[in-house]
Amino acid sequence: MTDTRYDRAPGDSSGFTELHEGTWSGVIVYTIGLVLAVILTAASFWVANTSLLWAPGIPLGLAVLAIAQMGIHLVFFLHITTGPDNTNNVLALAFGVLIVTVVVVGSVWIMFDLNDNMMPPELMNLHMQH
Amino acid sequence: MNLLGKLSWNAIPLDQPIVMAATSMMIAGVVLVLSWVTVKGHWPYLWREWITSVDHKRIGVMYIVLALLMLLRGFTDAIMMRSQQAVAAGGAHGYLPPEHFDQIFSAHGTIMIFFMAMPFVIGLMNFVVPLQLGVRDMAFPTLNSVALWLTASGILLTNISLAVGEFAKTGWVAYPPLSEVQFSPGVGVDYYLWALQISGIGTLLTGINFVTTILKTRAPGMGYMRMPVFCWTALASNLLMVAAFPVLTATFAMLLLDRYLGFHFFSIDGQGNPMMYVNLFWVWGHPEVYILILPAFGIFSEAISTFSGKPLFGYRSMVAATMAICVLSFLVWLHHFFTMGASADVNGFFGVMTMVIAVPTGVKIFNWLFTMYGGRVRLTVPVLWSLGFMVTFVIGGMTGVLMAVPPADFQLHNSLFLVAHFHNVIIGGVVFGVLAGYTYWFPKAFGFTLDERWGRASFWCWLIGFYIAFMPLYALGLMGMTRRMQHYDNLAWQPWLLLAAVGAVVILAGIACLIVQLIVSIRDRAQRPAGGDPWNGRTLEWSTASPPPAWNFAVLPRVSERDTYWNGRKRERTAQDPPAREYKPIEMPKNSATGFITAFFAVVTGFALIWHIWWMVGLGLFGAFVTLIAFAFRDREDIEISAEQIARFDRAHQLEVPI
Amino acid sequence: MNIALAIDEVHREALPRASEAGPASKRIVVAYGFWIFLLSDIVMFAALFAAYAILVRATAGGPTGAQLFNQVNVAIETACLLASSYTCGLMSLAVNARRLATTYFFAVVTFALGAAFLALELREFADMIARGATPQRSAFLSAFFTLVGCHGLHVSAGLLWLLVMMAQVAIKGFRAAVQRRLLCFALFWHALDIIWVWLFTVVYLMGVHP
Repeated sequence: MTDTRYDRAPGDSSGFTELHEGTWSGVIVYTIGLVLAVILTAASFWVANTSLLWAPGIPLGLAVLAIAQMGIHLVFFLHITTGPDNTNNVLALAFGVLIVTVVVVGSVWIMFDLNDNMMPPELMNLHMQH
Repeated sequence: MNLLGKLSWNAIPLDQPIVMAATSMMIAGVVLVLSWVTVKGHWPYLWREWITSVDHKRIGVMYIVLALLMLLRGFTDAIMMRSQQAVAAGGAHGYLPPEHFDQIFSAHGTIMIFFMAMPFVIGLMNFVVPLQLGVRDMAFPTLNSVALWLTASGILLTNISLAVGEFAKTGWVAYPPLSEVQFSPGVGVDYYLWALQISGIGTLLTGINFVTTILKTRAPGMGYMRMPVFCWTALASNLLMVAAFPVLTATFAMLLLDRYLGFHFFSIDGQGNPMMYVNLFWVWGHPEVYILILPAFGIFSEAISTFSGKPLFGYRSMVAATMAICVLSFLVWLHHFFTMGASADVNGFFGVMTMVIAVPTGVKIFNWLFTMYGGRVRLTVPVLWSLGFMVTFVIGGMTGVLMAVPPADFQLHNSLFLVAHFHNVIIGGVVFGVLAGYTYWFPKAFGFTLDERWGRASFWCWLIGFYIAFMPLYALGLMGMTRRMQHYDNLAWQPWLLLAAVGAVVILAGIACLIVQLIVSIRDRAQRPAGGDPWNGRTLEWSTASPPPAWNFAVLPRVSERDTYWNGRKRERTAQDPPAREYKPIEMPKNSATGFITAFFAVVTGFALIWHIWWMVGLGLFGAFVTLIAFAFRDREDIEISAEQIARFDRAHQLEVPI
Repeated sequence: MNIALAIDEVHREALPRASEAGPASKRIVVAYGFWIFLLSDIVMFAALFAAYAILVRATAGGPTGAQLFNQVNVAIETACLLASSYTCGLMSLAVNARRLATTYFFAVVTFALGAAFLALELREFADMIARGATPQRSAFLSAFFTLVGCHGLHVSAGLLWLLVMMAQVAIKGFRAAVQRRLLCFALFWHALDIIWVWLFTVVYLMGVHP
């Protein structure tokens, strides 16, 4: 059986093996995560509704904030770190992120391109009437 | 409110004699087998040793049994198509009306991909991977059983469609708008969608199981670069299963919502987008073919290195090529719809990527050739399949690269050239691979080898039959014949189609040889005992008895290099006395009926959804939920196998090499 | 000679590499398997997200997102789910420390917050349907209801799972299998909050801003 020095279950913090110490440090970790997430969430709502920012940049700003919020969840709630005991978990996550990116970006690129090449509605009506 | 939804006696196609004949044969076969089992009193044995087994070896064998049965059904569809097309020229319309022909080609594709190729590949991986990794079972044995029986549920539903209702007439890809309720109001598309959603859950569970097993449970000392190449290809294939099947699930869910609740994902009205289905389907569809071919590549690696008596050439580049194919397979999917109207830069990107993915495959071919070069190659049946594969797959791959050029594809898309290409790579790659694996690992599973002569006969019939059946299709594609034609006017096509039909008959002979081989080998099994290592093997599965005990290894092997068994035996020949063994009791997972019962409720739910019997849907879902709860609350998960039992087995089979 | 280097070399020789350490413990195996399942679930959501992004302008003359979405409601839903993620984390700490009362307390709070989220979402759906913005109205609405509804189904499944787990804790206590399952539940619950982050950003916030 492997030592937990080499390997850690996803979701377990590195302090797991010490069951009775670290509960309060655990609470602090979750609380920091909550506070940061609240700040980022509030920022997202503000960015979406303010007129102070350059409009075309808003979707990018929202996406960046969403990525940051995801990062907070991963680090503070799911205890994903870059340590050697977490390599498998990080690799699996990276693979998942890669697939998600390819599927979403690829599909949007293809479908928007196809839609651009579709016959315009005015010509379509004429075509249908023949 | 009709208690039976859309179901009525009209659902049985009494007016279609061919379908009724097929149905009767199917029912007769099932009744025959069930009666024989009952009369001989085999039910307790079957229930205890097979149906409720969570042993990866048993589950692997059951997957392969399903695959072989579905090979027969799918091939029957093929023979019917070939014979129809051979005669339906000019004024003649053949014997299969269009509504029936459409169901046949749809069922052929669905069955061959989902219910023949996938189970065969998964069955081989199930049997072999834990043995090669030097462990006792998969990471999640009960989940493994659930996955098997959910696949069987999909198979059962598809076969029920023959007797009750109809199957989809849309082709195995089921594109909207044809697959929407407006143009396919019958139950055929619903049978297709629910059977595949249910078995899709099984496939996803399999993927999770293998990825976890290969990454987290290997024998001590077996680092990643000491794993057999078959385990690497299994890892890549299962990563693709985990990544691709959810997209299919979502896509089918969207089509189901369109059909059942009037949503507008792919409908023409409501500003739906049918092209989006095509896009999402192939996001799954392309990785799917790599899910099938990668384990076949692994089988060839094992067979070629074993029967050449040499370690596999270029292990590192094989691993790199495998993982490169795994990632690249997600970047090529648009080549399935170059003609749908994307602009040149989009088509060009995917065309280039499709050519790029041929490179790592080429690397593998060269590695296999270099493995054989300088080795003493024994021309056993698995090696024959491997040689046949190398020639056939390269040809098929080249026609694929040809079609990767978008302008060329505009001429060849959906022609018989395309049909010839994908059969070329799937038969030459996947089918030859699984038949090689079947021959190679059969003695390990059952303790006796398969008859060599009938094996050779089968190979030659398959090889020759394949070329006679499919080379004409390349010519026909270039002459302009489209796929899926129930009849045609161009008489110049008919000689080619007649030739193709002859080829199909030769392949039929090959399948017949496989059946005879099995019967003869079982009949003569006492004269052909395999022992633990019939092939002079290299990897750990050959260090166990044939068949291996439930616990695989009395003591987990300690691994210090690749080709562990081969190198361990070389060391053993120089050692004096094998070290005395200390036997400890082993905990193995308990049998469980969870898989079988869950699958039963899945069939009930699926059937009810297809026929709109809503109360039965609720019943089925509730039953599945109760089964899950019962499993979750069971008290004991393991049984203990005593040290004496293990020692007794070891003494009776003095074959395991203490490494 | 650099003593630090020498010590480091000895240390490395003594330990086998992580990949050669043999089969992992059951806790790691189960949690990793569930982690892989979560990644597959996220890929499924990605396909639904892609469909939404493609169909977001396909309103077929019907109502658009900007006309339908209520940001106050979304903000409250987000607060509920985020808070429930927090309390789930505290529940995990209690489970690891094997504290029964604390576990039950935070489980109940997590359940309540999750149920509040669902109630708000169901009310939002009902309001939209009452106004004629049904999923059958347009492709955009089909995509919206499916994407957000799928997440809601997952939350419902999670709540049901939490109930079953509390029953398991009551009957079996904190034995290893129960702790493993609660670890998987926590992974599931946090992942659902991550998906919600993307949902409210892409659907509601980007949707309100044309």
